[in-house]
Amino acid sequence: MSTTVSFRQEIANLLHAVEGNPVNACMQCGTCSGTCPVGDFMDVRPQRLIRMIDAGLKDKVMATRAFWYCASCYQCTVRCPRGIDIAELMYGLKRYTIWRNQYPEDLIGPAFSETFVKNIVRTGRSYEPVLATSYFFTLGLKEMLAEAQNATMLMLKGRLPVLPARIKRLENFKRMIKRIIPIGD
Amino acid sequence: MTKKTFAYFPGCSLEKMAESYHLSTVEVARVLGMELKELEDWNCCGATAYFHVDELLAHTLCARNLAMAEKEGLDLVAPCSGCYKNMHACNKHLQHDRDLSDHINFALEEDNLRYDGKVNVHHLIQVFAEDLKEVKSKATNPLAGLKVAPYYGCQILRPRKYEGENVDEPRYFEDLMAAIGATPVDFLFRLRCCGAALIITNRQAALSMVRNLLQNAIDSGADVIATACPLCQVNLECYQEMVNTEFGTKFSVPVFYFTQLMGLSMGIPPKQLGIGTEFLSPPPAMLAACRKVAVV
Repeated sequence: MSTTVSFRQEIANLLHAVEGNPVNACMQCGTCSGTCPVGDFMDVRPQRLIRMIDAGLKDKVMATRAFWYCASCYQCTVRCPRGIDIAELMYGLKRYTIWRNQYPEDLIGPAFSETFVKNIVRTGRSYEPVLATSYFFTLGLKEMLAEAQNATMLMLKGRLPVLPARIKRLENFKRMIKRIIPIGD
Repeated sequence: MTKKTFAYFPGCSLEKMAESYHLSTVEVARVLGMELKELEDWNCCGATAYFHVDELLAHTLCARNLAMAEKEGLDLVAPCSGCYKNMHACNKHLQHDRDLSDHINFALEEDNLRYDGKVNVHHLIQVFAEDLKEVKSKATNPLAGLKVAPYYGCQILRPRKYEGENVDEPRYFEDLMAAIGATPVDFLFRLRCCGAALIITNRQAALSMVRNLLQNAIDSGADVIATACPLCQVNLECYQEMVNTEFGTKFSVPVFYFTQLMGLSMGIPPKQLGIGTEFLSPPPAMLAACRKVAVV
């Protein structure tokens, strides 16, 4: 027997550790959109995005960049009068598009996140120079120069690590991760 | 009085990029008579990136650190707002969600660890601002005449809205700055986002957010912005020149960690506080305090 899970339900299922209300609690007041510091840069503001999910407009949601522009400041979450954890919803949507490998190609966020995750699986700690490779070549020439200038300045000030840090019980750590998801080989 | 001891979780940024935050934290803790015992073999908290990929895995990373603190029988303190938020939120989930905690404990077995939800997670500023009388009594080199914009940012405060704490009108940062003799200015944008990782993933948006913050800090009459987060520090300071290029502005606003200001007020030599590794030099009132320490 097969059952079809609605898009709205799929998104709700992604938020298993979140205690907020589901998106259909939304009354479209627009507090989230008004309070969002990145709203001006989003193709669809949070209020509208929530309505799109609620209406099951999967293709349109998947083509949206807005949730990849969420900076996780949680203003929407603490202000929502209906108790929806909107910032966590944005995280859920990011995961949804990463798992399906379906997001607008010009986004830097997905590649950056995946590089970060792989890096931590290898060493247990973050290493900035490796992260830079995920976005440096997406920059225009002018930005590239500015970025290189910044990196040089950081280096001169002794603020860039030469070698990656590594935790001691790395083998245990890797096996721990494998008990959750099979990555790291 | 018994010495307060915490499990100290520096986080990846403090190893190098924000080493000055780490150095000044250790110095100030020493003066305040607190013991910060660095968590042995801590791992990355997952930042925001892990939550973009897998929530359960992200919580597992945090849980390993919590379990190690529990083993020591200590509460955990984190100076980075991102690390703090992740571990604080993970802690709440693990304390209230038995399924989640069972699943994660199954993974922790691989490192011979187990977490039973007994640890409290604090941000460093909460710990340092707890006893203002003590801070004041140690501030023998008060930062007189220094106008500070106390920048809370996001994750020290949000999303903790159900814990009976006033996350909309906090005062402890202002009070702490006043306790070290500085003048906290009325900084309207103190709870606004610095753009966080958008500085990489959506630079245009982040630079605009940084510009707004810098402008507001200047309009508030601040000489310096004090921060409690390495990412806020980097965005506001290291990307300031890019903001100027992008918007034709002429910002030159120094950005220091609150612990560096505390340390200076306590007469700790600037070098030991990592002062000198910043892009933008300290303002005159801070330099005067630096010179006094050097003379002593």
